[in-house]
Amino acid sequence: MTFKIKLAGASAAVSLLAMGAAQAQDPVSLTIVSWGGAYTASQVRAYHEPYMELNPHVTIINDDGSANALAGLRAQSQAGNVTWDLVDMLPSDAQLACDEGIIMQIDHDAMLAAAPDGTPASEDFLPGSLGECFIPQIVYSTVLTYRPDAFPEDNQPSSIADLFDVENFPGRRALQDRPGTNMEWALYADGVDPDDIYDLLRTPEGVDRAFAKLDEIRDHIIFWTEGAQAPQLLADGEVAFATGYNGRMFDAIEVEGQPFEIIWDGQVVEWDGWVVPADGNNLDAVMDYLYWATDTQRLADQAKFISYGPARASSAALVGEHADLGIDMGPHMPTAPENYFAPIVLDNDFWVDYGDEMRERFANWMLQ
Amino acid sequence: MALPAYATTKDKVWYYTFRVICYAIFFFLMAPILVMIPLSFNAQPYFSFTREMLTFSPDGYSIRWYQDFLTSPSWLRSIQNSFMIGIASTALATTLGTLAALGLSRSEMPFKGIIMALLISPMIVPLIISAAGMFFFFSQLNIAQTYLGVILAHTALGTPFVIITVTATLVGFDHSLTRAAASLGATPTTTFFKVTMPLILPGVISGALFAFITSFDEIVIVLFVAGPEQRTIPREMWSGIREDISPTILAVATLMVLISTLLLVTIELLRRRSERIRGVTPS
Amino acid sequence: MAQADAGALDQNASVEPTGRLRTADGRPLKSALRRAQRRRKITAFLLVTPLLVFILGFFVFPIAQMMWRSVDNPQVVRALPNTLEALQTWDGQDVPGEAVFAALHADFVADAERPRRDQAMGPLAVRLNYELSAARGAISRTSRQAVNFEAPYREAFLDSHRLWGQPELWRIIKREGRPLTSAYYVAALDREFDADGSIVRRDENRRIYVQLFIRTILMSVAITFLTFVLGFPIAYYLSILPMRYSSLLMICVLLPFWTSLLVRTSAWIVLLQQQGVINSSLVGLGLMDDANRVQMIYNMTGTIVAMTHILLPFMVLPLYSVMRTIPPSYMRAAKSMGATPSTAFRRVYFPQTLPGIGAGGVLVFIISIGYYITPALVGGQSGRMISNEIARHMQQSLNWGLAAALGTMLLVGVLVLYWLYNRLVGADSLKLG
Repeated sequence: MTFKIKLAGASAAVSLLAMGAAQAQDPVSLTIVSWGGAYTASQVRAYHEPYMELNPHVTIINDDGSANALAGLRAQSQAGNVTWDLVDMLPSDAQLACDEGIIMQIDHDAMLAAAPDGTPASEDFLPGSLGECFIPQIVYSTVLTYRPDAFPEDNQPSSIADLFDVENFPGRRALQDRPGTNMEWALYADGVDPDDIYDLLRTPEGVDRAFAKLDEIRDHIIFWTEGAQAPQLLADGEVAFATGYNGRMFDAIEVEGQPFEIIWDGQVVEWDGWVVPADGNNLDAVMDYLYWATDTQRLADQAKFISYGPARASSAALVGEHADLGIDMGPHMPTAPENYFAPIVLDNDFWVDYGDEMRERFANWMLQ
Repeated sequence: MALPAYATTKDKVWYYTFRVICYAIFFFLMAPILVMIPLSFNAQPYFSFTREMLTFSPDGYSIRWYQDFLTSPSWLRSIQNSFMIGIASTALATTLGTLAALGLSRSEMPFKGIIMALLISPMIVPLIISAAGMFFFFSQLNIAQTYLGVILAHTALGTPFVIITVTATLVGFDHSLTRAAASLGATPTTTFFKVTMPLILPGVISGALFAFITSFDEIVIVLFVAGPEQRTIPREMWSGIREDISPTILAVATLMVLISTLLLVTIELLRRRSERIRGVTPS
Repeated sequence: MAQADAGALDQNASVEPTGRLRTADGRPLKSALRRAQRRRKITAFLLVTPLLVFILGFFVFPIAQMMWRSVDNPQVVRALPNTLEALQTWDGQDVPGEAVFAALHADFVADAERPRRDQAMGPLAVRLNYELSAARGAISRTSRQAVNFEAPYREAFLDSHRLWGQPELWRIIKREGRPLTSAYYVAALDREFDADGSIVRRDENRRIYVQLFIRTILMSVAITFLTFVLGFPIAYYLSILPMRYSSLLMICVLLPFWTSLLVRTSAWIVLLQQQGVINSSLVGLGLMDDANRVQMIYNMTGTIVAMTHILLPFMVLPLYSVMRTIPPSYMRAAKSMGATPSTAFRRVYFPQTLPGIGAGGVLVFIISIGYYITPALVGGQSGRMISNEIARHMQQSLNWGLAAALGTMLLVGVLVLYWLYNRLVGADSLKLG
């Protein structure tokens, strides 16, 4: 212990000397909450590490708490003890947190960098992506992935409808243990046009129809909870199909060399981004980080490490090759034209309003 | 109990069948733990025995998962956390628990039954309920996501074990010894440290070990109350199992089995010593 | 201290001429004894006090506070005081009139003036959405516009969101406009309030918890039974072996008992998964086709197998300690008097093991009914237990009131069993290896 303190003292002295007359900044430690796994890794390499290099007084601590982010924010706010500085979360949860007043409202043009050509942030971020309290980073999608070796060569699956076709495509399916995506796909596989899915889900008949479709594969499902489980289940051969986030699947296929194939048909597209807890302890430091980490170049940089599309229009042109693999990342983005032929854009309003009821019904359905 | 000479065929069949059944059950108890040990040396990232392993080819074995474990900053940090939280909560639990056990074992103790039931309750209440309660309460106190919070929670879980083991050693305790010490002029403090303590020490130590292993193995409270800086070994294993199950988990598991074996042997030796001191013959 | 006093009393007591016993300093012995007794009582109590205070403060109180959440209902009262007052005269049938909407508007205006942190409409929206889907949207969308509404307010509200025109929303506001609620327990029992305010069962496709409680109990019974079936023979075997052999075999029971829960759970994952040891061995030996690997994990089978293994020592240890005290001569006596071995076992030996079976059984049952980790890791969907649902409501759906209600129900069940266990064997007789 004393040794550590001495060391810290010595290094502080050295850095003071090095800085000479320059004013020493107090060390700040930022707790940044994200999704863990390959996703956090991409943020560490694209944002955290370069930022800490530029700002040696800042230490960033990663917390893999995003799956339970809203719970954590609520508990911390109720207790009046906010320990998180920056949280990566989904826009629907962000909207809820925003309505409850537990995260900061964002003045996008004042708090975020403009595009290199001077376009203000509010116009540079993709249309519809900015929220009252939400700063998007990426576009991601939930895609269906399968193991080609689980099916004969002349009969490979190619659409969401095939997920629901256990006769022609036998084998177990790994789905997420929540209604989101599963219900949309059930209707899509049942022939509903992507644009009509949510209108139909707002009616009891639509919900019944979705569950009736899901019933067809119920006995063949394994449910996963966390993003990393889906590729794991596929890799272990526990399942033939798995739904999962396209970035995780990219990682499994390209980085780990797993023999999976992605089906882009019916990909469910959504944003993901930052929110700032209200009453955090390090607001100045967070705002400085946020301004830097959401600029055009940084968002483009993240795409070097994971196949999620940057949320700024100006970043698109800068997306290049994967940092380690040297593959051109363009074709792996959910928004690439060849992948974006039948997307379902996630309707956050629907899930905010009907989420509780759907989750109950889905939980009941899983129990049967 | 060998088979008597007059045993009938039926007796013999039963005698051997029964033993086969028993050994099968012992196998069921031990096999899962034993299977992991060789697999933790698997050179391949799989959970089954490869052909090389079965033919004992040296290529089939490696210590890469141990290297993985010992070079990963997050695992190393979790080791440090586990020991720190374990030792701190054990010290607290042992002190509080021993004092309480001394009080509880006195015949004059009022409301003994109720108090005992209350003090043992952390062992009985489902962990998820304790964890939920502490999650809210510690947030209000500003000690959620801190070492202090986790340590206090683990202390609460550990004390019942100390009470049980220390009370057990006090059952055979001869109170005339302390009276003798007092009549010879010893102060109560001296009496405690010179007379009582040496006699109950084995119980205190094994209670402390139980409290330590409780904290060392605890995961539910950690999931709810600890923050990213307090991740313990079980917490890392939890992420490991749920997110990317590699044989590193098995290397950790093997080391954990080693630790439990050491603790188990220590406790057994202590128990024997305690019985010898108190003059109880092993039954 | 107390003992020293008692010692002093013994030595110094003297008999007075009148026959009353007095101590050396002249006090009557009776009162001196009573005082010494009281002091010893206080000393004993003082020794227990630190832990008692600690457990009450850091264990009992947090749990009590958590249970309080299952009835605590401040959201509506805090957000809509004017509306609730105006609703007092409402008949509960049609959409209320202008007076109520004017009061609602006043509440929204009052809320907008509070600092953002103290605003009450966010929590209200969350609270009402538990009772009625889309209520969250109605509140939060309206709260952005309501400040600018002008009379007549009724129309303005009805325009802003269709839900304001539904009597059901108003019935819920009126019903939940009280500081305490039974709604979380009603939901935890798969019931709901109908239009008259009476409690009815939910739609079949929304019933979850009763079924899950039943399943948890059935699984716990199955696990308890399995630990008994497996535990009884080995406890018996250990009890009849000479000490030096039984000590060795006892390690097979104690080592798993001492090994980390997560280690044992991951061991079962290694053994049971499709590419795991058992499936691969069967395929390798040609006993099974590679394509037909059996699913033994991420379902109820996985949970039951792993939990039986984990809890088996809790059955064996109490059984063993009871069996060791049964003299073998009883069985021999029964046989010598003509009982067949099975009769002697049934009529003489088995009844004597009942206390051990009771203790072990209740212990295993109590532990398994509240189990969380193993079902979460190897249970999949069919192996989920009530604890997993509590955790889900704590962390994901964030319905803390419902989590508290489910938790309270589970806790009460466990405490009843604990009381039973106490009556049966006494809490302090728990043996630890």
